[in-house]
Amino acid sequence: MTSATYHAPASVAEAVGLLSANPAAKVIAGGTDLIVQTRSGRVKPSAYVDIKRIAGVSGIRAFEGGFAIGAATPCTALLEDAALCAAWPGVIEAANLIGSVQVRNRATMGGNLCNASPAADSVPALIAAGATCVVAGPGGERVVPVSAIPASPGRTSLAPGEFVVEIRLPAQPANASDAYLRAIPRTEMDIAVAGAGVALVMEGGVCKSARVSLGAVAPTVLLVEAAGAALVGTTLDDAALDAMGEAVRAACKPIDDKRGTASYRTHTAAVLARRAALIARDRAGAKA
Amino acid sequence: MNDMSGKPQYRVVGTRPVRPDGIDKVTGKAVFSADHFVAGMIYGAILRSPHAHARIRSIDVSKAAALPGVQAVVTGADFPTLQSLEVELGEGGGNIVDFSRNCMARDKVYYDGHAVAAVAATTLAIATEALELITVDYEVLPHVTDLAAAMAPDAPILHDKIRTKGLDTPSDKPTNITMRYVKQHGDAAAGLARAKVVARGSFSSAPVHQGYLEPQACTVSYNADGQVLIWASSQGAFMIRTVTAQILNIPIADIRVTPLEIGGGFGGKTVIYLEPVAVLLSKKSGRPVRLAMSRSDVFRATGPAPGTVCDVAIGADENGILTGAEVIFSGSAGAFPGSGTHPAAICSLACYKIPDYYIEGQDVVTNMACTAAYRSPGAPPIIFAVESVIDELANTLGIDPIDFRLRNAVQEGDPSPTGTPFGPIGLKEILEAAKVHQHWSEPLGPNQGRGIAAGYWPNFGGQSTAAVSLTDDGTVIVTTGSPDIGGSRASMAMMAAEVIGLPYENVRAIVADTSSIGYSMLTGGSRTTFATGKAVVEAAEKVVDEMRSRAAQIWGVDGSEVEWIDGEASCTAPGKEARLTIKQIAGKTGMSVKGPISAESTVNPPDPGPGIAVQIVDVEVDPDTGTVTVLRVTALQDVGRAIHPSYVEGQMQGGVVQGIGWALNEGYVFNAKGQLDNAGFLDYRIPVASDLPMISTVMIEVPWPSHPFGVKGVGEAPICPPMGAVANAVSAATGVRMRHLPMSPDRILSDIAAAQ
Repeated sequence: MTSATYHAPASVAEAVGLLSANPAAKVIAGGTDLIVQTRSGRVKPSAYVDIKRIAGVSGIRAFEGGFAIGAATPCTALLEDAALCAAWPGVIEAANLIGSVQVRNRATMGGNLCNASPAADSVPALIAAGATCVVAGPGGERVVPVSAIPASPGRTSLAPGEFVVEIRLPAQPANASDAYLRAIPRTEMDIAVAGAGVALVMEGGVCKSARVSLGAVAPTVLLVEAAGAALVGTTLDDAALDAMGEAVRAACKPIDDKRGTASYRTHTAAVLARRAALIARDRAGAKA
Repeated sequence: MNDMSGKPQYRVVGTRPVRPDGIDKVTGKAVFSADHFVAGMIYGAILRSPHAHARIRSIDVSKAAALPGVQAVVTGADFPTLQSLEVELGEGGGNIVDFSRNCMARDKVYYDGHAVAAVAATTLAIATEALELITVDYEVLPHVTDLAAAMAPDAPILHDKIRTKGLDTPSDKPTNITMRYVKQHGDAAAGLARAKVVARGSFSSAPVHQGYLEPQACTVSYNADGQVLIWASSQGAFMIRTVTAQILNIPIADIRVTPLEIGGGFGGKTVIYLEPVAVLLSKKSGRPVRLAMSRSDVFRATGPAPGTVCDVAIGADENGILTGAEVIFSGSAGAFPGSGTHPAAICSLACYKIPDYYIEGQDVVTNMACTAAYRSPGAPPIIFAVESVIDELANTLGIDPIDFRLRNAVQEGDPSPTGTPFGPIGLKEILEAAKVHQHWSEPLGPNQGRGIAAGYWPNFGGQSTAAVSLTDDGTVIVTTGSPDIGGSRASMAMMAAEVIGLPYENVRAIVADTSSIGYSMLTGGSRTTFATGKAVVEAAEKVVDEMRSRAAQIWGVDGSEVEWIDGEASCTAPGKEARLTIKQIAGKTGMSVKGPISAESTVNPPDPGPGIAVQIVDVEVDPDTGTVTVLRVTALQDVGRAIHPSYVEGQMQGGVVQGIGWALNEGYVFNAKGQLDNAGFLDYRIPVASDLPMISTVMIEVPWPSHPFGVKGVGEAPICPPMGAVANAVSAATGVRMRHLPMSPDRILSDIAAAQ
């Protein structure tokens, strides 16, 4: 009979030790993907390493003018940090589109990232925001861009024994904001058919910098530099938004599947990016 | 008693008391199928085919049987060979050989998820592990899941013996088209030729699942003397008893089925999958066995509703009077015949007076789970096609769609689809109510559209038994064999309370096991409040008669001198005026040689009232993403008489919700291997609460004469209009006629693009 062991380490080092000792062990935080995958037989972990009891791996703290968010912090807990919500509304709304309220009371951005689904809602918003994450492992800690974690659908770049400890959002300049939108056929309890995160810095009505990230249109979440570049130096006029949409469509490499056709995903990614850019611009303007 | 308007005044009927099963259900105490536990019970698991179509060369269960903890292994070889026998189960029915083979495959598997073997073990984990030790040698065959492809001349053939029934010229060629049914009146071609305008279109719909929340499960205990106990939820414990007995050649009286609480059925639990398998596992192991499906099992192996293709042409003269119609459709039955062809044909044009029409339906087997009834089985997708064409006709003629329907609506005395005249049918009444409803004239914004559609379902009567017994303190027990799916305990208690003259709280209704009450047909065809309700009323009347007779004895007067008024016996003999309460009469039964007061009634009413519904739907379509937001729904229905109005409204709202899912996002998706690709609620997208507005209901009461309170079945008609109403609304919002379900966002965008 198959069985699995459960560990609840109290320190990062202990967790790394458990993970290093057993390559078939899985990190569990909220478990909203992992338990479902285990039940369906898609994964068969021989051990669960629960990181929720490690000090500092849950919760939000100020860090270098921005925020450090513990990897095991539930998505709904993010809503309670007013400063975080004001600085990065797009990230917070993305994290709070996942599943349902009940799911989000357990689900975490760390898990959403490490599940490595191209349709993960919080990941395009984090990548647009330029977020980094702290990875702990046998060789100590390293800081990498969030975009470096997903390798392919369901696979991460994490080495054996490594896990994500926290996600860092940079300091947000004045006149800057972000937004995330996704397309699903329902209003919740669904997986993005396409998603777009946009983070903008505006100055005097002109876009100073822009990052556009897309979900569910390629094997991993994309950062589309050309789409961001199309907005820089513009007021987000129609011509700039059309150029951005063109860059978005050019970057999409989606598949046809039960959730949507490739052509629908490509078309809709551009629609969502345009709408998200305008929301981010308006939010940035409202802060001025 | 009548008021000035002539409408009868009731004390209990028409009120909204708390349901007797409510506390258990909201506190989680209610025992559903998978909750039932029997001492000594072990756990079953079923191995299911990963292939859509394959021949089974051999099955080796030896390793599974040898696994410690495994108590029994069952395959198709353990099932008796049966003679072909058509079974009528009320709504659906079918051939017992097909039922048996659907429970467990023999020489062939016909769909991804078809059961091929079962194991019972001391734990579910051991049973599940044992399944992996079973080796099935399959010869994989070409498969066909698509309806149109299954009808093609070169399609893979599921059943070598099937020849199309109902052809003008019989053919001896194997085919997947099991049956052709034609219903016609007059000359449809001439009727269409007389028209000033003819609207036509080709429509399709994907197979959809009933989506009940409770997966099928049962617990079975087979005793050494051959007697069998079964605990399960279903739409009819007597149906479980009959079908299990027939599949396994067991005398009916040796099986006792105890109904458990049901977590939704919608027609899908009018058939069985697990019970015969569990009986064999229990017989082999000597232990009680629980067998339960997973959600994935439910989607892969239990009855969806058929996918359909449908061509409709309808003509009208310059005044908007219909002249002729042609409806030609096919439905995918899944693995075995029976996709609701007859009811679909009967219902398709039933709302309208059309002098000349031709309706032709075909039933087609395909490599998916065998279809089962789903609210108005067969009819909704065909009504969607007809209501779409009616909408186009009204638009083309520039006539308001309600006025257009009013000009053609059937009414009492018009011929019904069976040829007999309609009794009181409230289609005109609900259309008039829709026309004056504030919703119909509310302004719409950009990208918004409004649609309306009607729908008909004939409903069913059928056999029912009810018992009513008086307790010592004057409270009353009502016993039926009809499962409580939509609040029937409450409505049965209310009808008995009304007849007897007791407060609702003094009457308790229970659902008995199959050995504790006489036969009742399963709950289907919206028959329970009508037929079982009629049995309850008759039994309650017998109890009242007996109480009057006891009072007459006590008073020493003739029975004719006792009246039953407001729940009391009243002596009308001159000079002997007196009253006796129910409690007083009940307290004296021990002194009567006639003993306890109890009565049973059996009925088989052939004349149910029709189900008729109209719905108005507003939507907004995002032109850039194709996303549809349902803004507003008003559901109107001729409900005959609402015994418990909240549960009638619940049926109406539930029909709308399921219809919106059917219209917008639900549908089976098969991969290239013919496997179901969306066997779960994540990707089989039923609506969630946030997808829906509050659904307004308008109940119009046109009482049905053959029920004591005027009840018409209300459970099925409300799923007939929503797909047409939503499609008409989306078509109005986009300017493009939507002819294919589901109208998912990418489908809407591609249909818009194709029209430009």
